[in-house]
Amino acid sequence: MKKGLCLFFVFVALLIVFPLFFRNPFPRHLLIMIMMYAVMSIGWNIIGGYGGQVSFGNAAFFGVGAYASAVLLTKAGLSPWTGMAAGCVASLVLAVVVGYPCFRLKGHYFAIATIAIGEIMMGLFMVWDFVGAAVGIYLPILPQSFRNFEFHATKLPYYYIMLAMFLFAIGVAFLVERSRLGYYLRAIKDDPDGARSVGINIRKYKLYAFCLSAVLTSICGTFYAQYVLYIDPPSTFGLMISIDLCIISLIGGLGKLFGPVIGSFVFIPLVELTRVYLGSEGQGIDLMLYSLIMIAVAILRPQGLFGLFARGGR
Amino acid sequence: MEIFSQTVVSGLLIGFLYALIAVGLTMIFGVMDIVNFAHGDYLMLAMYLAYWSFALLGIDPLYSLPAVTLALFVLGIATYYLLIKKIINAPMLSQIFVTFGLLIFLRGLAQFLWKADYRAVPHGVLSGSLQIHGVYIGIPQLAAAAGAVVCNGLIFLFLRKTRAGAALEAVSEDKEAARLMGINSDRMFALAWGIGIASVGVAGALLSSFYYVFPEVGGNFGLIAFVVVALGGFGSIAGAFIAGIAVGLVEVMAGYLLAPSIKFVVVLGLYLVVVLARPQGLLGKA
Repeated sequence: MKKGLCLFFVFVALLIVFPLFFRNPFPRHLLIMIMMYAVMSIGWNIIGGYGGQVSFGNAAFFGVGAYASAVLLTKAGLSPWTGMAAGCVASLVLAVVVGYPCFRLKGHYFAIATIAIGEIMMGLFMVWDFVGAAVGIYLPILPQSFRNFEFHATKLPYYYIMLAMFLFAIGVAFLVERSRLGYYLRAIKDDPDGARSVGINIRKYKLYAFCLSAVLTSICGTFYAQYVLYIDPPSTFGLMISIDLCIISLIGGLGKLFGPVIGSFVFIPLVELTRVYLGSEGQGIDLMLYSLIMIAVAILRPQGLFGLFARGGR
Repeated sequence: MEIFSQTVVSGLLIGFLYALIAVGLTMIFGVMDIVNFAHGDYLMLAMYLAYWSFALLGIDPLYSLPAVTLALFVLGIATYYLLIKKIINAPMLSQIFVTFGLLIFLRGLAQFLWKADYRAVPHGVLSGSLQIHGVYIGIPQLAAAAGAVVCNGLIFLFLRKTRAGAALEAVSEDKEAARLMGINSDRMFALAWGIGIASVGVAGALLSSFYYVFPEVGGNFGLIAFVVVALGGFGSIAGAFIAGIAVGLVEVMAGYLLAPSIKFVVVLGLYLVVVLARPQGLLGKA
């Protein structure tokens, strides 16, 4: 345990000093993406990994977070930080509205229902003129400042904001794992009938987990909107985003504290590098590669590729 | 009034095809309790096979249909033995990830081999349209609907009238009892995959004479198949047939009454309403 903690602090220290040694935009961008997907996958892992409820619709929260802040900024001039909070509230509402009825569904039916919800959200935003429909939203270029959540000269502030969010997410997952919620979720995953028979309110704890998942995904949506400064429905509500979160959690180890972190550090560089090296010629190769990893891990090593190293916090 | 009857006719025609696609999905689910997330992507493969037989060999989709169906039948059986067999007793999470991985793989393969272009079979044997009382009926659509009805009927007869069909039903009712009766469940599972995937082979070949072919074409059809299966009762062949028609009608009506761009949202909403109100499916047994 002591050793694990030391390792963790070394890891955080390395992340803090990383930009001092890597001054080019690409490695910084890569790390930002890795941490952002780690945050969302940690969120996915709370409901999917600990609770065993496979959601293919978490991109809905990413989209809601992105659109909430972008709309409040462009229509009302509110700071994206306010927008981030508003996005969280909207995502929580969505999580409860969707989760309350859907958590009655078992396994496959729940997974299909989450695909349906993700696609419905995408479909609605594609035709909703107020939020730019299929065209999306271009965020205004504002003077760079923390309040405006825009930095143009360098990506460094984005990097440290994301690092803070990353540490926050790890903290949330750590608390979940240590709390009653974590134990209940594992019990629900392993034996739902047994969990019910000892008086665990299954739906309530699944909902709590789903809400945490929604908040962690939503704040990344706001971050993404401010980072890229352009959003449209496919880039925020796309099914592939939801799937990436599953793959990352699966690769790293479902229901493990550092599973999604490890998964993200393996998967996102793979994504970015195949994109850089294969270009449009290699279209499709990336998908084939990810899916083979996904299938291989699911069949051969369901506890995750790096399950051995991901025992921290137990 | 003419617009209304036009809408109903279009809905019926596409509904028969939805039924055929969903029958394959529901059969696999009924026999072995595994949801094939990649179902729509086998449809995509069938459409490409039919398209390339036309583009490279000059064979019309109508004539390549038997070959495409056979190819998909073999592919279904191969999928079972190479992949699905390994996860029959795996946790559900693994099952979901494997067939979902298959979906991504097939889509990636199509993107890699054939690029993202939209392709269509121009001027096939089946083209043109009929006009009956002011209602236009496309010949390819009509042929596809007829083919789907025939194929659904054959599957139904196969299950009811043949020994293999009876064995298949026995396995889906109770695997353990079927095994005690000397039925090899492994071969029955493979057969279910063969027939289930072959039925999208038929649907794909029929669709390709009037629908664009592209790597993601299976996405919407696959999701619609889930809606149909949910509506008809998971595992119910007859239910899938009726539900396919219902979904076809709902989709076309939603496009006509609301907006074409939102019809898919309505169909997915239908799935949610059905599974939440009756988790066993609208026509399924409690």
